[in-house]
Amino acid sequence: MTATAGQTPVPYPFNESAGLGLADAYQEALERPGLMRVRLTYGEPAWLATRYADARLVLGDRRFSRAEALRHDEPRQSEGQRDSGILSMDPPEHTRLRTLVAKAFTVHQVEKLRPWVRELSHGLLDELEDRGQPADLVEHYALPIPVAVICRMLGVPEEDRPKFRVWSDAALSTSSLTAEEFLRSREELRAYMGSLIEEHRRSPRQDLMTGLIEARDTGDRLSELELVDLCVGILVAGHETTATQIPNFVYALLDHPDQLKRLREDPGLIRGAVEELMRFVPLGSGAGFPRYATEDVEVGGTLVRAGEPVLVAVGAANRDALKFEGPGRLDVTRTGVQHLGFGHGVHHCLGAPLARLELQEALEALLVRFPALHVAGDVEWKNQMLVRGPREMPVGW
Amino acid sequence: MRAVSWTTEVDRDLCMGSGMCAAMASDLYTLDDEDRARPVRERIAPDERALDAADSCPASAILVRDGGLPIGPRP
Repeated sequence: MTATAGQTPVPYPFNESAGLGLADAYQEALERPGLMRVRLTYGEPAWLATRYADARLVLGDRRFSRAEALRHDEPRQSEGQRDSGILSMDPPEHTRLRTLVAKAFTVHQVEKLRPWVRELSHGLLDELEDRGQPADLVEHYALPIPVAVICRMLGVPEEDRPKFRVWSDAALSTSSLTAEEFLRSREELRAYMGSLIEEHRRSPRQDLMTGLIEARDTGDRLSELELVDLCVGILVAGHETTATQIPNFVYALLDHPDQLKRLREDPGLIRGAVEELMRFVPLGSGAGFPRYATEDVEVGGTLVRAGEPVLVAVGAANRDALKFEGPGRLDVTRTGVQHLGFGHGVHHCLGAPLARLELQEALEALLVRFPALHVAGDVEWKNQMLVRGPREMPVGW
Repeated sequence: MRAVSWTTEVDRDLCMGSGMCAAMASDLYTLDDEDRARPVRERIAPDERALDAADSCPASAILVRDGGLPIGPRP
């Protein structure tokens, strides 16, 4: 055994909030044997898994639990301990909720939306052209696409975007909010969703919210609070991450002109390119949602004791040289990229097929329309958020 | 209809290697060297978790049959 729980933990997270770089500390962690001991601003110290095989083991093995985090002083970046709803559950409870929504997000279902998402992207580009340059890519392109899509699927009025943007930001913020401010914001968002659910109860529609209400009211398959939190979770997770990755991917491609050129010459590469960008761009400011060992488990040469938490740095695992050749190189022609950008195991991103589709359509439309796309001003980066990316990204064409 | 014999299969071309099925029921599904899922064995005892796995698969790659008739994913 190369490390013990007694070793002095190093402060975490490693990544800077500005830019999309992977901190050097991860490279060191990838190369040394065993897991690393880290300490976040709040909560108990944790193990940090950085290698691909270790990450897969911790995320995919039932001996590791998310629900246990609620019974411990969970390592976290923000003051208040948060119940993350479905992401704080283990099977079979997790399965009960997940299966209610899984079908709406399968590849088969979301592919039906592709023509509409393409049209949506082109319409927004028309508006961008009318607006004139420079224009903020985040506000006028990256956000409206996933917001429109998730609003339509779930049954939320798109014009409420300014309202839920504030709550959504709060849900993903780290230390910028006190525990009290966080809870207040969450209650506001729940109340908003609760009123939408009541509207849907009175007049059912063809959307996911109506389906979930039916599962509650006639099938008794989830509680009222679970219904509200599931809708909130789908709304927030359904747009924030994709809205952040669209400008991130554009930024990374502009930073690699040869790869951008390659992709422009052959837009047929877009699907593989999106997978490679998912691998290459470390979205998170740091690993979150620790998994607790329910029995002693050896992970990458370290014995993790029952009751100890492990954080999984997917951004680092996606740059593991044992798994990927030339991991630090962005290569849009790479094939069969099995990245961990959507996670792994029972909590694998519910919206992965939808996110893929949106990223493919948004990127392709943008790159084809504007061959001279460039950053035209200062990029302002998000700060103290679970995800990293531009808050504002002025672009010209 | 009485459950005569259940079988399960994974379409390797559809599988995206999310690891959901293997994490939900590691005695029923496993991931191979290429990160694709496969059933541990094709014939299984009637098991709700196989239906759950078929329902949850993001690629709709899992099929469960009862006496040859598809029963999972559920409609």
